[in-house]
Amino acid sequence: MNVIDQIEAEEAKKFLPTVHVGDTVEVHYLIREGDKERVQLFIGTIIAMSGRGISRTMTVRRLVQGEGVERIFPIHSPRVKDVVVTRRGRARQSKLYYMRDRVGKSTRVREFVGDKARKERDSERERRDAFAAASEAEANAAPEATEEA
Amino acid sequence: MTLILGKKSGMTQVFTEEGKALGATVISAGPCTVCQVRTEERDGYNAVQLGFEDAPVKNTRKPQLGHFEKVGTAPKRFLREERLDKPSEHEVGDQITATVFEVGQLVDVIGTIKGRGFAGTIKRHGFHRGPMTHGSKNKRAPGSIGQSAYPGRVFKGMKSSGHYGNSRKTIKNLEIIRIDEARNLILVKGSIPGSIGSLVQVQTAKTGVKKG
Repeated sequence: MNVIDQIEAEEAKKFLPTVHVGDTVEVHYLIREGDKERVQLFIGTIIAMSGRGISRTMTVRRLVQGEGVERIFPIHSPRVKDVVVTRRGRARQSKLYYMRDRVGKSTRVREFVGDKARKERDSERERRDAFAAASEAEANAAPEATEEA
Repeated sequence: MTLILGKKSGMTQVFTEEGKALGATVISAGPCTVCQVRTEERDGYNAVQLGFEDAPVKNTRKPQLGHFEKVGTAPKRFLREERLDKPSEHEVGDQITATVFEVGQLVDVIGTIKGRGFAGTIKRHGFHRGPMTHGSKNKRAPGSIGQSAYPGRVFKGMKSSGHYGNSRKTIKNLEIIRIDEARNLILVKGSIPGSIGSLVQVQTAKTGVKKG
């Protein structure tokens, strides 16, 4: 493994939720208000993913009062706390830029349903739980280790 | 002046605590061996000579081999001097690592830029291009290079096409964003000259004025 890959592996998040283009997601984004920090939700459809490794980003589009709003989130950014998929979409293109020309009902992406979708959702849930359990175990193990030392 | 020799390892992206993404260059810096100490009395100035990266004996010239034998190290590929105001505290054979710098410090990085061969005026001097269509015959041509019967010649120093690249370049005032002691790495903000694997000098910034 070369040095760049090593650094990116350390810098990257250990757990990334599986998201696809076309999915409707809630992005938990940490914003600063004065001195306080709080989590803001940005709910919309992923219309593009770009970059690779640590610089991977996703473009989320939503409609606010009839006006399209797009935000680009670096998925490894410490500001992006979580990404929750609320609806799977079946997209045939990797970039859904045609959404920008659409209004009203046609802005919807066909939902990805069926056995495969269910299976993927379940395996994703398992992966998430397994990671949560592992990190919790680690957190519990860490204080004891410091006490011994 | 503080100096360390290194090698460009590539570029990546790192996040600050505020979540800002920074473009960063990874430099494998050091460990460098002190190969010679120059003193005021003997050489007329104070300096240390640093050597970086082992070179095969078969690729090293005989007089050089003798020099390294005196130091007692393997032959080095890259030798540069670090000028000092006062006599050096280092001795021949000492190792210098990336920890001579601190995070947040500004440095100048000197290296050799990528060779472009015989390049036109657009690449070499940033000239503008002519229109590509509508019957244009001036696509990448340099345009007029002078006047007429007076002065009747082309002025010296006219920007023209020619060899570009493969020359020494200094990038000034780059901020150090991280130092990895274990792996001898320095991460600087922004880009540095040369391709991956090219040899560079990292030294204290001369002007020390932060960009932007």
